[in-house]
Amino acid sequence: MKQSIFLRYIAPLALLIFLMVFWELYVKINEVSQMILPRPTEIATALFNGFKTGVYQKHLWVTGQELGIGYLLGVLGGIALGIPIALSRTFETLVYPYVLALQAMPKIALAPLMMIWVGFGMESKIIITMIVSVFPILVNVIVGLRAVEPERLALVRSLNGGKFSELRWVRLPSAAPYIFAGMKTSVVLAMLAAIAAEFVGAEAGLGFLMTQLMFKLDTPGVFAILIILSCIGIGLYMLADWMQRKIIFWDANTADRWKSK
Amino acid sequence: MTSLLYSDKPSSPLIQIKQLGVQYTTLDHQSIQAIDGIEIALTEGEFCVIVGPSGCGKSTLLKVLAGLVPATQGSVSLNGQIVDSTRNDIGFVFQNATLLPWLSILVPLRIQQRPDRGTWVARAHQLLEMVGLSDFASRYPSELSGGMQQRVGMARALIHDPSLLLMDEPFGALDALTRETMNSQLQSLWMKRPKTVLFVTHSISEAVFLADRILVMSPRPGKIEEIIPIDLPRPRSFQTIDSVQFTEYAKRVRGCLHSKEIL
Repeated sequence: MKQSIFLRYIAPLALLIFLMVFWELYVKINEVSQMILPRPTEIATALFNGFKTGVYQKHLWVTGQELGIGYLLGVLGGIALGIPIALSRTFETLVYPYVLALQAMPKIALAPLMMIWVGFGMESKIIITMIVSVFPILVNVIVGLRAVEPERLALVRSLNGGKFSELRWVRLPSAAPYIFAGMKTSVVLAMLAAIAAEFVGAEAGLGFLMTQLMFKLDTPGVFAILIILSCIGIGLYMLADWMQRKIIFWDANTADRWKSK
Repeated sequence: MTSLLYSDKPSSPLIQIKQLGVQYTTLDHQSIQAIDGIEIALTEGEFCVIVGPSGCGKSTLLKVLAGLVPATQGSVSLNGQIVDSTRNDIGFVFQNATLLPWLSILVPLRIQQRPDRGTWVARAHQLLEMVGLSDFASRYPSELSGGMQQRVGMARALIHDPSLLLMDEPFGALDALTRETMNSQLQSLWMKRPKTVLFVTHSISEAVFLADRILVMSPRPGKIEEIIPIDLPRPRSFQTIDSVQFTEYAKRVRGCLHSKEIL
């Protein structure tokens, strides 16, 4: 099924322009206050000025580091913790109750505690981001490592391979699609965590900047940051998606989706 | 009765299966006797084929021999040693080729890391060449036809140069033409380097074409009902299949399956 160029590019673009013009005119004609709903042109101006003065870059860099480091630690931690839980019944019985208890807790509620423990700097946000992003990965790693075709395990055993061979050649590759599904879920949650943690208390970062702009009733600035956050989210998701296609090239579902694009 | 169970070749048995039985416990806690009282002795270099209907415990028997499933009664010994876990001197060819889609076909040949890297690479290439796939070493399983995949499966089972090769309906999923070709190729491989083979199938003509001896199995619990030595000259060709003798043997196997009310 090939869509025509019109349906694929021109129509969505036309809709976007129509919505923007409608928004702009609606606000202008009804004289809605800028503090309540700014016009698209005002938001664009705020976005432009923010980058021009370098304010956004500075805070973007802080949030970016919190997000990147926290997420990476979450992914690695989820895999490192998931492997022993999936493979050892003893370890599962001992550790999993704590994992579940922590999972059931609204983790963002830990943020004030982290401020007390490690301060208002980036470290507390990194920890919150890590804790939030670890769970989707962990759950998917456990499911993925166990959802292995028994015949493939029998194959490794028939070649006299041990537990490590099983893990390396069969279990981890089998789990890869699950791990990537977890990573995609985590990407969005990680951003939520970093921003919300900054709301609680921070010295810099986009979430911090947003609270400041709110106090100043700079609504166009708030909208501008929302747009930036959206773009980061989409960007990170696309990055995870791209990595998934590159790494699990054999997965039929991924491959098909790629072809149809 | 026992004299019937042993082939009349002079060499001593390589594999000795004594009163072998396997019991399963199902999910609702019933115990099922999958195979019972199996007695087989295989001599070195013998090609032995087990024929039986599906569900008669043929695969279970092979998995016990490979050390993948534990025996609940009796024992299996290889060269006088009891087989109770997987080992290097037994190769297993699976019903589905069971290739790993994330590895190029050369890599699975080294799943069990050998100490000397150079040696296994050379050996893996040699095996791929033997099954006629030397140009495909870096290809992925999805790029191979069903017959090619199964040939990789065979090469992989031979990586440790096992003294016993177990084949669990290896050509069952292939079309009839490919299957005949594969049978003929397997025969020539085996004639070049005779190994003890235990081959499971439910195709009568495949069994007669390949076997030195056919063991007919009956289901629930799986038992050896009869042993039929196949005395056809090798190499057997497509002409052999049309010969009177071949048809007679096939008739006999089929007759045996029917007379015991196995089918």
